[in-house]
Amino acid sequence: MTSTCVPLPLENVDTDQIIPARFLKATTKDGFGDNLFRDWRYDKQGNQIGSFVLNDPTYSGQILVAGKNFGSGSSREHAAWAIAGYGFRVVISSFFADIFKNNALNNFVLPIVVSEPFLASLFNCISKNPETKVEVNLADQTVINTALGVSEHFEINPYKKHCLMNGLDDIDFLLSNKDKIEAWETENQQF
Amino acid sequence: MNTLFDKIWDAHLVTKVENGPTQLYIDRLYCHEVTSPQAFSGLKARGLKPLRPEKIFCMPDHNTPTHDQDKEIEDEISRTQVNTLAQNAKEFGLTHFGMLHPKNGIIHVVGPENGLTLPGMTIVCGDSHTSTHGALGSVAFGIGTSEVEMVLASQCILQSKPKTMRITVNGRLDKGVTAKDVALYIIAKMTTGGATGYFVEYAGDVIRSMSMEGRLTLCNLSIEMGARGGMIAPDEITFDYLKGREFAPKESEWDTAMAFWKTLKSDDDALFDKEILFNGNDIQPMITYGTNPGMGMGITEKIPTLESIPEVGRISYSKSLEYMGYQPGELLIGKKIDYVFLGSCTNGRIEDFRAFASLVKGKKKDPSVIAWIVPGSWYVNNQLKEEGIDKILIEAGFAIRQPGCSACLAMNDDKVPAGKYAVSTSNRNFEGRQGPGARTLLASPLVAAAAALTGKITDPRTCM
Repeated sequence: MTSTCVPLPLENVDTDQIIPARFLKATTKDGFGDNLFRDWRYDKQGNQIGSFVLNDPTYSGQILVAGKNFGSGSSREHAAWAIAGYGFRVVISSFFADIFKNNALNNFVLPIVVSEPFLASLFNCISKNPETKVEVNLADQTVINTALGVSEHFEINPYKKHCLMNGLDDIDFLLSNKDKIEAWETENQQF
Repeated sequence: MNTLFDKIWDAHLVTKVENGPTQLYIDRLYCHEVTSPQAFSGLKARGLKPLRPEKIFCMPDHNTPTHDQDKEIEDEISRTQVNTLAQNAKEFGLTHFGMLHPKNGIIHVVGPENGLTLPGMTIVCGDSHTSTHGALGSVAFGIGTSEVEMVLASQCILQSKPKTMRITVNGRLDKGVTAKDVALYIIAKMTTGGATGYFVEYAGDVIRSMSMEGRLTLCNLSIEMGARGGMIAPDEITFDYLKGREFAPKESEWDTAMAFWKTLKSDDDALFDKEILFNGNDIQPMITYGTNPGMGMGITEKIPTLESIPEVGRISYSKSLEYMGYQPGELLIGKKIDYVFLGSCTNGRIEDFRAFASLVKGKKKDPSVIAWIVPGSWYVNNQLKEEGIDKILIEAGFAIRQPGCSACLAMNDDKVPAGKYAVSTSNRNFEGRQGPGARTLLASPLVAAAAALTGKITDPRTCM
């Protein structure tokens, strides 16, 4: 896919910012996109904070570009639901926290790790030209800054890649191994 | 050549996906009300039931109010979430410790104190502080709601094996320096992403001398440096802690268990992917000054200057200090604070209350300070009463509340107002964590007690 990007050049964006705790009370997966980065998007009175990037119509797209260590903190999968719910399909950063990375993949949001120079120059391109497009090719595992014609290879676990590309489900896989589960239980001491 | 983590991981391998993750058997699933609703509804939508209901223990903790638990929860959404867990547990025959149940409390306090967490287990929960249980020599880690559904359905999870790291802390801790300070010191040195991709084992003299509750505090905070989990090999302290606990093995099963548990340690020639060494003598009581747990320092030190921060991080650093209302280069000692919170899965156990009480005994809380004193469970609450700690605290002007996660993340009504400073024995100081605009200072129960007495950030060693 190819898309313009929404830039968030802040480091260590934690999941409390992505989705504040008061929104974790839901019992379904719906509506989380409305509360993505809630306390950075809206003030206490519920008015949009103009300076925040999601409220700036100059920037739009299905790709979020973020500073390093994105998604640190709480394991709340709600953070991934909020990002997916808002409409992002890809997050690009130089570093992701583990649990968030996993949650994103399980919700068909692709976290792409790029080098720090690639990230820095991408932020640069976007700030000069908000229409900068990035091309992501999951099959080839490449991400391309089309403004500069610079591409990078990204890592992704082959199993996750297979699941993402084929819309496959982990639970079906796990249950297909029921005999192995029972075999393990028979052979292993459990308290 | 194997580390303890390798041994437990390998022992729980059900099968491995070629070029992919491992299917790992999970001995214990802890379930709270925030991260389970969608997992249960997903399970039902597939027409499935929990595969091994007896291995699952449920309890509400995040939403529970810390007062009037006998009344209906006022907040409608909180109430729904707590009720949904109760309904799901009932529908599927899962053990559930509801509000006011004598075993109810914060899940990572309740598990260990009931002997539900045992050495050698694999343990998961939809909560990043699941790392707490590693203190007993288990492989315990936080997972997302989709993964909770996987474990409900198959008692297994798919995980890629992380790398291993050993953090050794030798030397000795000075008076007034606690496990919480050791943890905050380590995170400050490692940074909040410093252990990402690694599962940590803690070792060394300081760790060996730590009580089980100190170890629980230390392992709890492993996630704050990005670690997958943190663990400590079991020893006599572990066995003494477990003996006689309700769900721990008994009689002949105890002997069998002990024989197995004694094998649970890293080989002498174990190879870790990374080894880090710290000296306990270097650690002083800590306090955080910024908006992530890695932004901590010795309580008598000054906030780092902008120049000392790598250029690429300066924008975030400045934003963080602006939120906190602090300046680079400032001392924190003597600064006014408004709230004190003693509690959470980090420091909500009896030893934390003993420490707090030891400082406030015979003295009075500063009248300008609002204090939330929240035992981690009803069990801890009973211990407080038995030891007379409740009387010490009440005489000093503190009120003891009912158990729950409370002000750690303020999902209930224990919220710190915008702009106010809270010295908190919890685990995260992110923007808005304790309420929109709230300013959190993470610290040990001793630092919290000193702040409660003076109304200012105070070195507890000056009150001891």
